Amino acid sequence: MHVFRYYSTLVSSYIYPCVCVCVCVCVCVCFFFFHRQDIMKWNGWGYSDSRFLYNKKGQAEFTGKRYRLSGMIIPGLKDWMESTFGTSLQHKSSATPILNSTAVQVPTINEAFVEEIKTTGIPFSSDAEDRVFRGHGHCLHEIFALREGKIGRVPDMVVWPSCHNDVVKIVELACKNNVCLIPFGGGTSVSSALECPPEETRSIVSLDTSQMNRILWIDEKNLTAHVEAGIVGQDLERSLNESGYCTGHEPDSMEFSSLGGWVATRASGMKKNIYGNIEDLVIHIKMVTPRGVIEKSCQGPRMSTGPDIHHFILGSEGTLGVVTEVTMKIRPLPEYQKYGSVVFPNFEQGVACLREVAKRRCAPASIRLMDNEQFKFGHALKPQVSSIFTSFLDGLKTFYITKVIQRLRPQPLVCGHPVVRGDREKVLQHEKQVYDIAAKFGGLAAGEDNGQRGYMLTFVIAYLRDLGMDYYLIGESFETSVPWDRVLDVCRNVKARIIRECKDKGVQFPPLSTCRVTQTYDSGACVYFYFAFNYRGLSDPVHVYEQVEHAAREEILANGGSLSHHHGVGKLRKGWMRETVSDVGMGMLKSVKEYVDPSNIFGNRNLL
Amino acid sequence: MENKAAYSHRDPMLKKRDDFEDILEERRNSSDLRYALRCYTPVLYKNLIPCDASALKTMVLQSDQVHYVISQVSKETGRTAEDLQEEASGIVEEMAHRLQLSTVRFFAFALSKVFKTLFKSICVNEDGIQRLQQAIHEHPVVLLPSHRSYMDFLLMSLILYTYDLALPVIAAGMDFMGMKVVGEMLRMSGAFFLRRSFGGDKLYWAVFSEYVKTILKNGLAPVEFFLEGTRSRTSKSLTPKLGLLNIAMDPFLKGEVFDISLVPVSISYERILEETLYAREMLGVPKPKESTSGLFKARKILSEDYGSIHVYFGQPVSVRSLAEGRVNRCQFSLTPRHIPKRASEDVQTFVNEAAYSLVRAQEENMVLKPWVLLASILLQSEDLDRGIPLAELTEQALWLKDLCRQYGGFLHWPDQMTPSEVVSSSLTLHHGLVRVSEGKVHLALNKEAQAGPVTPEEQVLSRAVPVISCASYRNQALHVFVRPALLATAVHTAATNNKQEVYNTFSFLRNLFANEFILCPNATVQDFEEACFLLEKTGVVQLNEQEIIVTHRGHRTMGFLSRMLLPFIQGYQVVCAFLCEEASDVLTEKEFVPAVRTFLIKKLLAGTLRYPEVLSSDLQKNALAALLRLGAVRKVKRAEQTSLKVNKVTVNSLEDTLGGKLPTPRAAAARL
Repeated sequence: MHVFRYYSTLVSSYIYPCVCVCVCVCVCVCFFFFHRQDIMKWNGWGYSDSRFLYNKKGQAEFTGKRYRLSGMIIPGLKDWMESTFGTSLQHKSSATPILNSTAVQVPTINEAFVEEIKTTGIPFSSDAEDRVFRGHGHCLHEIFALREGKIGRVPDMVVWPSCHNDVVKIVELACKNNVCLIPFGGGTSVSSALECPPEETRSIVSLDTSQMNRILWIDEKNLTAHVEAGIVGQDLERSLNESGYCTGHEPDSMEFSSLGGWVATRASGMKKNIYGNIEDLVIHIKMVTPRGVIEKSCQGPRMSTGPDIHHFILGSEGTLGVVTEVTMKIRPLPEYQKYGSVVFPNFEQGVACLREVAKRRCAPASIRLMDNEQFKFGHALKPQVSSIFTSFLDGLKTFYITKVIQRLRPQPLVCGHPVVRGDREKVLQHEKQVYDIAAKFGGLAAGEDNGQRGYMLTFVIAYLRDLGMDYYLIGESFETSVPWDRVLDVCRNVKARIIRECKDKGVQFPPLSTCRVTQTYDSGACVYFYFAFNYRGLSDPVHVYEQVEHAAREEILANGGSLSHHHGVGKLRKGWMRETVSDVGMGMLKSVKEYVDPSNIFGNRNLL
Repeated sequence: MENKAAYSHRDPMLKKRDDFEDILEERRNSSDLRYALRCYTPVLYKNLIPCDASALKTMVLQSDQVHYVISQVSKETGRTAEDLQEEASGIVEEMAHRLQLSTVRFFAFALSKVFKTLFKSICVNEDGIQRLQQAIHEHPVVLLPSHRSYMDFLLMSLILYTYDLALPVIAAGMDFMGMKVVGEMLRMSGAFFLRRSFGGDKLYWAVFSEYVKTILKNGLAPVEFFLEGTRSRTSKSLTPKLGLLNIAMDPFLKGEVFDISLVPVSISYERILEETLYAREMLGVPKPKESTSGLFKARKILSEDYGSIHVYFGQPVSVRSLAEGRVNRCQFSLTPRHIPKRASEDVQTFVNEAAYSLVRAQEENMVLKPWVLLASILLQSEDLDRGIPLAELTEQALWLKDLCRQYGGFLHWPDQMTPSEVVSSSLTLHHGLVRVSEGKVHLALNKEAQAGPVTPEEQVLSRAVPVISCASYRNQALHVFVRPALLATAVHTAATNNKQEVYNTFSFLRNLFANEFILCPNATVQDFEEACFLLEKTGVVQLNEQEIIVTHRGHRTMGFLSRMLLPFIQGYQVVCAFLCEEASDVLTEKEFVPAVRTFLIKKLLAGTLRYPEVLSSDLQKNALAALLRLGAVRKVKRAEQTSLKVNKVTVNSLEDTLGGKLPTPRAAAARL
């Protein structure tokens, strides 16, 4: 009955070069282990066993066994990297392989706090590896520094509460002993939210929620589930799936990001068209603050009781307290889902089509539109096919898409790829509706399997940045939301600004500057930008990168885009907060902070 | 710190200018027909969305802005939307260009023939052409030529055609449309026509601004218009008009294009075709209405030699970099962009300052011929009738040549010729204005008087014709000297060495003459420093913390500079005198110029006025505009007419200040 549909990417699409996937702050890792660095990289994205590399034959390959792409050869990647960025296998910029503990500052220990924590029996550690792992997110500058073995201010101690009451105790002790607490979920922040403020002189304690990962109950009558906030996206979905349910909240980082992190950053999932964003999904939130626990008294679906206190919590980015438990909406699993893809003659037509789909409110679960550069990139990431027959078919398809269609329309190719979910009949009906609209804008249906692969690739592209960094490439993604009438202008101007800034800042090779429209709303869309460049010849590539990113954000704002759609503000973007929410708005937020946390115990200094 | 940077940037010695190529040279050596028919494949804008003239009209009429304004006007006036839609398409029809390559080819052919007889050479800086070509490829381009002659826009199109560049569409005044055949031909060569005034007509404004913006946004063609709004009859740059520039910058400010390149173009004529026409116009002979037959009468012009033309394509200016840090583009995020809105204060200031800097860019690249210096010297002679001995004129010209170059003037002095050859060839070219008799050079003041018996008043006016023509050549060089000249005048007037007081006087004069010369708003301090720098560098003054001291050898320069401004000072002074002594309460705006003229003629006949130049209606209008701006005169609307209300106390004290009888009022917040 509940239909989901998936169209997903078509022929290519999906990948962004060396760029991090959209990631939401705070997040956690599956299965309950304290030392997640044992299976995860300490200086790159994701699992240690999964990475892109060039094998002895000089072919790109994805290692490990976790993903569909694992163990496969990607023949087109090397050429694409060479032609797009001017990289060469000869010029390698390897990372420091192991963490040198002596590079890590001696922890500032608050003895009284430690003594009292010991009496509670909550596990803690001051081990260098534990601390470094929790001292960063996945911003380019953070990963770049780690790869060079440079470690800045990191937490002095890590604690692992295992339930709400543990958190209450920790917060009480922190207040009593004036210790700075920084909540840590999955560590996938891309807003510098996890960086320890260098000016902080108190002992910084990282509060790792990974042990709070249980689904406490499922209420099938009301279709809700009560979950501890440390649970990681993929575990949450897997467990709910076992009972025949899902939340439908699937941010690209869902393998690692946590429920608490989603709440703290106002996360968005790719299927929000059906399930909604995190603010639409939560029914009840419990948060521990220095003033005590904040929660609502009931689970009514909507209330008119003054400003919604959930909205003080959603997006608070760890500045007010720790989210410990959340009641979320759940939905039965869809019977059927289908991927699809459409190719448009140009980006303008693609955007017009998405706008029409949004206008008619018939958007599939997920629909994305990528520009021509990403389309090419997607092609470059096709794995080697196993049989001659599929290879032949693929060749035919490629020929059709790139030659036949291009001959008909000499403009660049652009691809949109919807995903539809639901019961079979409805799915097919819905699919037809979307394809009919697409046809009006010159879109041609271009196959299901490509779409499916694109969806899978969503999870592996984040690994690509690490490969790029091995070969002098640095890059990043960033997002915004923008009204429909501004979408094309923002895309054009921001891409052009990136190229111009790179040139002005002395980047020796043309950068990759590309975008995709990833979410549609009634009144606007979410746009993702990816940019990457070859930094050979630059003395301070990270600085150049930051200047370009700053300029790109200025351009977004000047063109009517928002400061962030779902990545959050953190410390990276807080310079723009005042102009974003006005002086009074800042005052409101500050007064809440002052009341809730007068001693700045939650001292990560995000947002304000 | 910032001032310093801006000003060292202006150091004239650092100015590097391109070399010129004569495009007529090739025309004289090869077939005009083949040239007119040659293959034309210009470089186009890289994101060009091609569309023909009728598709363009449809885009304009279907635009959100035009729809919105139609519904607004319909609500306000009760007219039906269909009716207004009809009117809108009428406006587009009346306005739209119909650029056709064949017409351009025709003009290329015909104009080559004409230009070859009229001009010795048409010199173009090819580096500028290269830059322009690149700019056209990268971003939508706005061409901003100076406007001294009817020739300007045909000349521009001809040059662009010659260099295989994209042909512009040109904003032209509606008056051309009266010229039937010619009007249509101009339309087909890329002109689109604007009504001179459309006051509160919202629909007209919407259609017209949408038309310009659509062309720019889609990069269909470079858009060309004249910042000065109209031809300058005096050869001084006119204070810029902001309407079109506002429209042209709008697509960038609202994020509809990444950037827009503004290209100032300086067109300098060695001898202006409309020379006498302009002088008469300013003395009150009304401007003949443009008509095709009038154009044919102008044929006698063909037999004259008009020297050479220099066209300098300046450095393209990126609107994006101009606006960087000046305009907060976020301000356009909160209302739909198609709803017409009054520009905010920061945008207005920005556009105004940008316009001034563009006009200054035009000025800086204007080529000055030796005659310009000769005219400046002749106008300063003790007695216009007797003139100056040729040898003295030559000596002074050489002295002025150096000064002009030191101040950054773009002087084309043929160094391969001897000074006397240079002077005599200049005098020959301008034989209508100057005479040499008995070894003395003087203005041809009596030329007109021979026409028969005339009244003394008419005689005064006809004597003024060559003076005003001559002044228009001097005016070509004014932009080089105006800042030091203001300073020199301030030093004389302030009658003290105190730097602060000199600055106050400078600031007062600068403010008073803001309608007369191109003086960027809010740049008093920079201008003062620039003037000090130039005078000090040339050894005219010595500067220390408190004082400005004129050196012994500096007196000649100081004298020359302040004499240069004297006609203006006297003009403003006498306008003030008129307003105090003669102006009745019912003096209307229309009557102002004739009344001042009568007053001045009387004074000139009585011998109490030295400079016939003050008869120029341009000067009088500028003086009135300044007085209105300063609040010394107010406009009062009465029934049909607007009359002028004079604040006699203020005007009187202004007159005395200009006459040196009163100290300058302390400029508010004048801090150095």
